[in-house]
Amino acid sequence: MSSTSDLRTRTAPPKTAFRLSMLLYDQRYRSITIQIVFLFALMLGIAWLVDNTINNLRALGKDFSFAFLSAPAGYDINQRPIEYDSQMTHGRAALVGLLNTAILAVMACALATVLGVIAGVLRLSNNWIVARLMTVYVELFRNIPTLVWIIIFGAIMTESMPAPSAFRGDTPTASMLFNDSVAVTNRGVYVPAIQFSNDLGNLPLGVVAPSINWLLVLVAIIVGIYAHKVILKNATAVQNATGIRPKTWWKSLGVLFGPVALLFIFFGAHLEYPELRGFNFADGIHMRNSLIAMWLGLGIYTGAFVAENVRSGILAISRGQTEAAFALGMQPGKTMRLVILPQALRVIIPPLISQYLNITKNTSLGLAVGYMDLRSTLGGISINQTGRELEGMLLMMLIYLAVSLSISGAMNVYNNRVKLKER
Amino acid sequence: MSDTHSNTVSYVRDTMLDQQEPPVTERGVIKWLRENLFSGWLNSVLTIASLGVIWFIIIEIGPWLLNTVWNAESLRECRAILDGTSGACFAVIKDRWHQLLFGFYPPEHYWRPVLAMVLMLVALAPILFSEVPRKMLYFSVLFPFIGYHLLWGGSVWLPISVLLGFVVGYVAFRATAKLSSLVSVIAAVAGTFLWWVFLAGPFDAAMYSVAPIGLEYVRSDAFGGFLISIVIGVSGISLSLPFGILLALGRQSDMIFLKSVCVIFIEFIRGVPLITLLFTASLLLNYFLPPGTSFDLILRVIIMVTLFASAYMAEVIRGGLAALPKGQYEAADALGLDYWKAQRLIVMPQALKIAIPGIVNTFIGLFKDTTLVVFIGLLDPIGLSNAIRADTDWNGIYWELFIFIGALFFIFCFGMSRYSMYLERKLKTDHR
Amino acid sequence: MRKSVFYGTIAASALLAGAASAQSTLETVQSNGEIACGVSTGLAGFSAPDANGVWQGFDVAVCRAVAAAVLGDPMAVNFVSTTGQTRFSALASGEIDMLARNTTWTFSRDVDLNFTFAGVNYYDGQGFMVNRELGVSSAMELDGATVCIQTGTTTELNLADFFRVNGMSYEPVPIETNAEAQQQYLAGACDVYTTDASGLAATRASFPEPGNHAILPEIISKEPLGPAVRQGDDQWADIVRWTLNALIAAEELGVTSANIEELAAGTDNPEINRMLGSAGELGAMLGLENDWAVRAISAAGNYGEIFASTIGEQTPIGLARGLNAQWTQGGLLYAPPFR
Repeated sequence: MSSTSDLRTRTAPPKTAFRLSMLLYDQRYRSITIQIVFLFALMLGIAWLVDNTINNLRALGKDFSFAFLSAPAGYDINQRPIEYDSQMTHGRAALVGLLNTAILAVMACALATVLGVIAGVLRLSNNWIVARLMTVYVELFRNIPTLVWIIIFGAIMTESMPAPSAFRGDTPTASMLFNDSVAVTNRGVYVPAIQFSNDLGNLPLGVVAPSINWLLVLVAIIVGIYAHKVILKNATAVQNATGIRPKTWWKSLGVLFGPVALLFIFFGAHLEYPELRGFNFADGIHMRNSLIAMWLGLGIYTGAFVAENVRSGILAISRGQTEAAFALGMQPGKTMRLVILPQALRVIIPPLISQYLNITKNTSLGLAVGYMDLRSTLGGISINQTGRELEGMLLMMLIYLAVSLSISGAMNVYNNRVKLKER
Repeated sequence: MSDTHSNTVSYVRDTMLDQQEPPVTERGVIKWLRENLFSGWLNSVLTIASLGVIWFIIIEIGPWLLNTVWNAESLRECRAILDGTSGACFAVIKDRWHQLLFGFYPPEHYWRPVLAMVLMLVALAPILFSEVPRKMLYFSVLFPFIGYHLLWGGSVWLPISVLLGFVVGYVAFRATAKLSSLVSVIAAVAGTFLWWVFLAGPFDAAMYSVAPIGLEYVRSDAFGGFLISIVIGVSGISLSLPFGILLALGRQSDMIFLKSVCVIFIEFIRGVPLITLLFTASLLLNYFLPPGTSFDLILRVIIMVTLFASAYMAEVIRGGLAALPKGQYEAADALGLDYWKAQRLIVMPQALKIAIPGIVNTFIGLFKDTTLVVFIGLLDPIGLSNAIRADTDWNGIYWELFIFIGALFFIFCFGMSRYSMYLERKLKTDHR
Repeated sequence: MRKSVFYGTIAASALLAGAASAQSTLETVQSNGEIACGVSTGLAGFSAPDANGVWQGFDVAVCRAVAAAVLGDPMAVNFVSTTGQTRFSALASGEIDMLARNTTWTFSRDVDLNFTFAGVNYYDGQGFMVNRELGVSSAMELDGATVCIQTGTTTELNLADFFRVNGMSYEPVPIETNAEAQQQYLAGACDVYTTDASGLAATRASFPEPGNHAILPEIISKEPLGPAVRQGDDQWADIVRWTLNALIAAEELGVTSANIEELAAGTDNPEINRMLGSAGELGAMLGLENDWAVRAISAAGNYGEIFASTIGEQTPIGLARGLNAQWTQGGLLYAPPFR
């Protein structure tokens, strides 16, 4: 029963005939009895719930079917990472929502990591004022609900930024930033987009059709990173053989950025600037208020937690490690890079990933500012227009569960890789 | 020697020199500034940047905060008083603070939630601070029933008859204790449930017809504001404690089937956002229950929040169990205690004590998450701020409400996180 | 020992399941002593709690009339505030007994979602409101505009259709509550606010300067708004339907809250007599007491009185009767005969 039951001293069980009471009193059978009773109760409970659901559905004259996913959605979504219009299906709308969730989650994770690392390190700084300021940031954001922050950032965007009409006229009251390339309005932020004059078209992959140009750029980046790793490996081999590490930074720079730059030149990449046309700015990339409010709200809020993780991770490395590194004659920079950080990361990364998990789950608050994530499309409008609460909620929960489990699965793989190999 | 010396040297100092002031860069404010703010170019840049940020905040918010209007009936009046200058209109808080705190709870009964809150602090004291006499724990056990009656009112016999269910369970436990501890646990649980299902209702009705004592009944939809956040948060966390313990024990158990059910439950709850569970409470729970059952939304939310919190609680308690030295388990076995006795007398008291900081942190998280109930139409502080803004008097007000709500949450959560840090320091016995 | 415990558990769960045998909505309402009525979270004139927390408005009055007819007390209503997204689930799940939340009667809601609409208490259509500064005078000039909509409503679908059919593009800003939409529109985060024309009027009335905002002439949809109940309980649907009809017929027949006491004693108009219960047994056929209609009309007056006191031209909302006049006055209100 308990994890230590095998430690108990047991005399050899007497060879008696099996009696019914042994199911309860004999260690060997009791756990089986309990499990069977538990299984029985659980099945009974589940059967009761399912039976109720079937009865209730029948009473309402509903069936249980996911056919609504292939019916036309009828509503529009403002932020569309893939092609979508109101004549496409609810399933497509759900996919758009899922992609929006993913975009938001990635952006917020990046922001939270950057802010968290900066704030976590600076909180340990011996600069009095910076350390205090970071403490204020961490405590302020940690102790106020993220929903309040999201709504506050939404309010800042809508209430404090100029309307597009303020950019119009002979004497506009607002102007674009950075040499007319970025417009901050109360409908969102418009930034320049990268456009290719030699467009190779899209690659039809069934559900999605990504741009071939961008796919090639992505391939170039991946190849670059791989080549960079090879170069580093060779450098280490040379170092091991000769004791001198060859300078490789220019090679790395070349393989990392060279192919991408070549592709950009070849494709005729240029920036497309946002421009005031009609009611709104057109062209460029439109980051809507809802996206910005969610991004800042989630990113800055979670950043405060990440800062605490980073701080405690660095503090967890015992002082002796630094001293030992110094004793070996290492410089402070190398000490940090080769001794402190690899150990601190082992402490920092698991809670960091669980913060990523929190961000992913918190993207479901998008409705508060009208961000069209999975919750707002599949779990909101689709459910409402079709009346399929049960199916829609079930599907949505399963999707979130799958995402969460794959993130925590990745965490476990990482944990096992960096685990201290104790002997 | 010394004579010659005194003769040969024309001048000898015979008193000590007064201690000199250190150079100006090495003392007082300047030294402090040099060491703490301008010790290198990076630090200097950071300092100047920070000063810039602070200056910006003061310039932007200071005049607005200083120029505050406290007395006005509506936003229009407030703007008329401000007369074009920038200023905060905290009159909305003065006008509506009672709604933000209590929702639509009847004003003549405000003393009830306030008293319940005070009693809650009293009940928490023996759990949170070890200096408080242990006898107070009896009050802590009784508090949920007192608190329920204070908040909702109605017949005083209802909480009493529910409480009697535990008494019945205890009696059953005692009566069967000789048989086997497993049997007595089952008997206690069954006795309690049988009492609740069959006898609690009639007992309540009978006693109420004999002695109709009780506070005036307040409907759940009158609850709102911070009252609802605290009610949901506190009941969620306290109800989830027993479930969390069971789940944690189940997860550590050797019984493969029991263990996997616990793991699936915990991972499922932790894998989906709270908001989907809340929507389940508001949209789907009625599908899962027999036709015609409908109970109050707050109760449904509390059930869902309890399930949610118990999964997190289970992980916290598992941490506490893992932190307990293996010797404690072995010692319990050596004393010949069976599983439940070992858990009750040896393992749990220590594991829970280790887990308290984690429990408090879970509570802070849960308390902040109670704001999500706004999505299912409950009037928590954020929901009420929407309602206040929908009113024509205060249409267009924003910051003042959010500052008030944010400040109250901050005070609450900051206080609790300080407490959990204090506790962590107290529990920390390794001197590294 | 174990056996008896096991049987006890089985008995307990059987009891739990048995106790909740099917009850008709009328029985549920009567045993609860109140009606659970779903209303919107706050739309001035239609349903909003006043300073004392008492719900007021046009939709609210329908709930109160039904409560008066069924329970004899217009205040015996438990108002459940629902959003566009939660209203149908609340009705389907039995959390509310009737939904009076400016809900459009559509084919799919009636047939696919399995609700029964008990009639129409307001004939509406979807319109657009814009700031006069934009200089827009027709919805056809809205190409490229940013439009605030409430999610989970028919307006969302109508809007998509309208812009698609007319070959225009737009940028939807989905918003959950009317208050939030109002805020966004006033802050200029969207050029256009679209919802039912009545809702636009109600919203505009609460603006600091209503004159700066124009409601465009195009009405892009038919929006017959009415109370809805669950399908399958015809008796309850009849009660709600005929309570609404009684309010409408009362106006047509000249029965007001002022003269109803007098008329209930008996008149020479047989239809009034049948409706108010001084002749015939119409109440009993519904399963109610015979003075049900008297109570319903006394609650807040007849349809015309309710309209005038909540959203009519004398109120800040200032809606004209228009389509919602009696058929005798050129409107669409036409209550079937009480016979």
